[in-house]
Amino acid sequence: MNAQELQRAVKRLAEEIAERARAAGAAPRDVAIVGIRRGGVHLAERIRAELARSLRAEPPLGTLDIALYRDDLSERGAAPIIGPTDIRFPVAGKLIVLVDDVLYTGRTVRAALDELVDFGRPRRVWLAVLVDRGGRELPIAADFVGVRLQVADEDVVEVRLTEGGAPEDAVVVKRRGT
Amino acid sequence: MIGRHKHCIALADYSRAEILEVLDLAVSMKEVLQRPIKKVPSLRGKSVVNLFFEASTRTRSSFEIAAKVLSADALNWTSSSSSVTKGETLIDTARNLEAMRPDVLVIRHSAGGAPQLVAEHVGCAVVSAGDGAHEHPSQGLLDCFTLREKLGTLEGKTVAIVGDISHSRVARSDIHAMTKLGARVRLCGPPTMIPAGVEALGATVHYGLREAIEGADAVVMLRIQHERIGDPLIPGTREYSKLWGLNAKKAAEWLRPECVILHPGPINRGVELSPEVADGPQSVILDQVQNGVAVRMAILYLLAGGNPAESGEAKA
Amino acid sequence: MAEVLFIEGGRVIDPASGTDGVRTVVVRDGKIAEVAERLERPRDARVFDARGKWVTPGFIDLHVHLREPGQEYKETVATGARAAVAGGFTAVCAMPNTKPVNDNASVTELVLARAAAAGLARVYPVGAISKGSNGEELAEFGELLAAGCVALSDDGRPVLSSALMRRALEYAKAFGLPLTVHEEDLQLVGKGVMHEGAASTRLGLKGIPGAAEDVMVLRDIALAELTGGRLHIAHVSSQGAVRAVRAAKARGLAVTAEVTPHHLALTDEDVAASGYSTDYKMNPPLRSAEDVRACREGLADGTIDAIATDHAPHSAVEKDVEFDAALNGITGLETAFPVCLSLVRAGALPERRLVEALTIGPARAFGLAGGALAGGAPADVAVLDPVAEWTVDPARMYSKSRNTPWKGSRLTGRCVMTIVGGRIVHEEGRTER
Repeated sequence: MNAQELQRAVKRLAEEIAERARAAGAAPRDVAIVGIRRGGVHLAERIRAELARSLRAEPPLGTLDIALYRDDLSERGAAPIIGPTDIRFPVAGKLIVLVDDVLYTGRTVRAALDELVDFGRPRRVWLAVLVDRGGRELPIAADFVGVRLQVADEDVVEVRLTEGGAPEDAVVVKRRGT
Repeated sequence: MIGRHKHCIALADYSRAEILEVLDLAVSMKEVLQRPIKKVPSLRGKSVVNLFFEASTRTRSSFEIAAKVLSADALNWTSSSSSVTKGETLIDTARNLEAMRPDVLVIRHSAGGAPQLVAEHVGCAVVSAGDGAHEHPSQGLLDCFTLREKLGTLEGKTVAIVGDISHSRVARSDIHAMTKLGARVRLCGPPTMIPAGVEALGATVHYGLREAIEGADAVVMLRIQHERIGDPLIPGTREYSKLWGLNAKKAAEWLRPECVILHPGPINRGVELSPEVADGPQSVILDQVQNGVAVRMAILYLLAGGNPAESGEAKA
Repeated sequence: MAEVLFIEGGRVIDPASGTDGVRTVVVRDGKIAEVAERLERPRDARVFDARGKWVTPGFIDLHVHLREPGQEYKETVATGARAAVAGGFTAVCAMPNTKPVNDNASVTELVLARAAAAGLARVYPVGAISKGSNGEELAEFGELLAAGCVALSDDGRPVLSSALMRRALEYAKAFGLPLTVHEEDLQLVGKGVMHEGAASTRLGLKGIPGAAEDVMVLRDIALAELTGGRLHIAHVSSQGAVRAVRAAKARGLAVTAEVTPHHLALTDEDVAASGYSTDYKMNPPLRSAEDVRACREGLADGTIDAIATDHAPHSAVEKDVEFDAALNGITGLETAFPVCLSLVRAGALPERRLVEALTIGPARAFGLAGGALAGGAPADVAVLDPVAEWTVDPARMYSKSRNTPWKGSRLTGRCVMTIVGGRIVHEEGRTER
């Protein structure tokens, strides 16, 4: 996926979210965007910018670092770098759009949901991802998907964004050993 | 693991990078403490045993809360309920506790070196919560955390540590950690409370309080233990407080306005610190308490975090 | 024993006679028959090829703890004597801090009987200065001498009372017995567990200043001067003590001194490096590098007369505990020679002086027989390999206890044969465990 395609996918995601929010009867001020660190954070910012245009209101933005909610600490050994979780708005009663770059096993989303509900009781939570690469290990599905990819288990899907230091936006599938 | 270390026993053995690893993680841990639900599941199923051979409500509670916020199970084993009085050796006690398969053993003991002795005989991670006059690493780390929070950095800062340096494990851990983070450390107290050769740790020694605290960015006031009086380290608390205690007048005249005041607690009000200073605007003593939990969470998280040999790229 | 033993080709170092060169030592009827360059040997003589080895008088240790009677779980006279001969020692002086204390003839006789039964090293009992070594009343020196004691000591603790020390020095003159004293001011020691300095400060362990030893050494030298008594300073460890003994000798006082291998080889920084290992805890404590230098100089220049091990066996029960709680002392008989030989290699001690401090030096300090390879004298001989390398494995040592800081270390130099009264009591690879 090149820069243009990625741009379009983000825009489409935002439009779908706005549309579904309206259909659900949610007022613009009830919507909040939460990016899952680290891949979901910049994507969440972009989606929020697009949403702000269509909703004519800027939804609050937060980030979640799910490191302390992982279920694989003892298998990972060396502790992961833990970044800040930053949610400065009341979660209770909100329509929360969780944003991540790639949906794979579903474990990250499971941890993010656990963490999110520790901040309060949202009215509803939707999941938006840029790439769904399949391979789920938990019964979790995205509400909004930019693109679905069929890739082998050992392959790595990378979403590169300019905010993260990439020369240009791209989604790259790296085959093992290449 | 904290850097190369399986245990947290002596900051003398820790590098600057290893100290910073704990302090950086403690920032995230402190954020957890601000949440409405102060609990994360990261150490669920892990257990922490607090093995205390010396009375200490605050350090034990701090470790206990840290364990519980991380969802670890915490068991307290104190000397009054232990087998020590029945003649069981430290190694036997530790091995017995280890049979309960804890992930971390937190130990406080009146003998310097006791945590190391335990670490040599058990398989789990060992955290010292203070051993004799040797070290109190979590206190040294939380003091540095508090100073980073208040001063931004320790690089180039001057910290004065005042009191009974010779019996203080806090002073030793502070000196090791603070000098590694780039601070200049001044030690101050009556000559009878300055241990032999302490300059070799990289600190300067001052007998006069004014010369030690003037121009300092932070002052750590140590607790004067009542059993030292007439030890005969000092003739009495009256003269001590007059010469080495910090009151509002001395603080106003000698301290920089932005200088912060730390104390490992519990305070002897009116001896080393007057109440106005302990509760005054420069005091960060209560911040130290909360930071203590955050730092201990970081230590427990890193040391209970499993086996690096099994490390691999996880899918998530 | 009618057999004749020719020890051939070895380098004979006998400081008492000034001999240092390749000689043959002939042992006949339990005595040294001859020490000469070239000898015709009878056909039936047994020959020991000592080429590349040192042949010296058997070592004499002025300071060991054999723990019998009372603490046989740590050591017995027999196991201690076995360890002694394995280290090249043919005579050891057994300190009286047994249970009960050796303050009367019956304990002295028991130690001697056990030593005779073991038939290994000669064991010379040291009697107590005070009854029960409790520093209050003098023990009966006449009875102790008659039973076989060669010196007097309250070792393990100092004679705190200056008045008692004065009377002990005076009273002992009637019997010609030296007083060997453990010097520490207990009030200055307090709860100290290691030398006071940068290392104790870093470890947070209570320190013992060198001055705790100095003040007592100075006191006792003053008392020796007052009384004309025979004073021997046990295990000198501080630079102040070395200076005091040097000054006393310069004034012509009858003062002698010993130093242990560990106080010559290790410092307080080794305690720190060991990570609180209780095999580094002893009394007096391992001191600073400056103190070690002073002890080496004192030994080299003759201020210190003897190397004594202060062999102090303890069981694991007493050592596998917190540093503060551990008992003082380490074993030393089986490691003394290689540890001291390392000083020779480091240039701190001439070879001849090393042998002297292990043989004729201690013999003269206590007025003991031996320490020389003189014709007609009982054949107490050590044959030593100065280049053999070995790893210290406590499980393979003869002492009952394993408390040595050299556990697992590679050492150079070991005793290959020990002869007591003409009998081979230790031969490497030959004697049974």
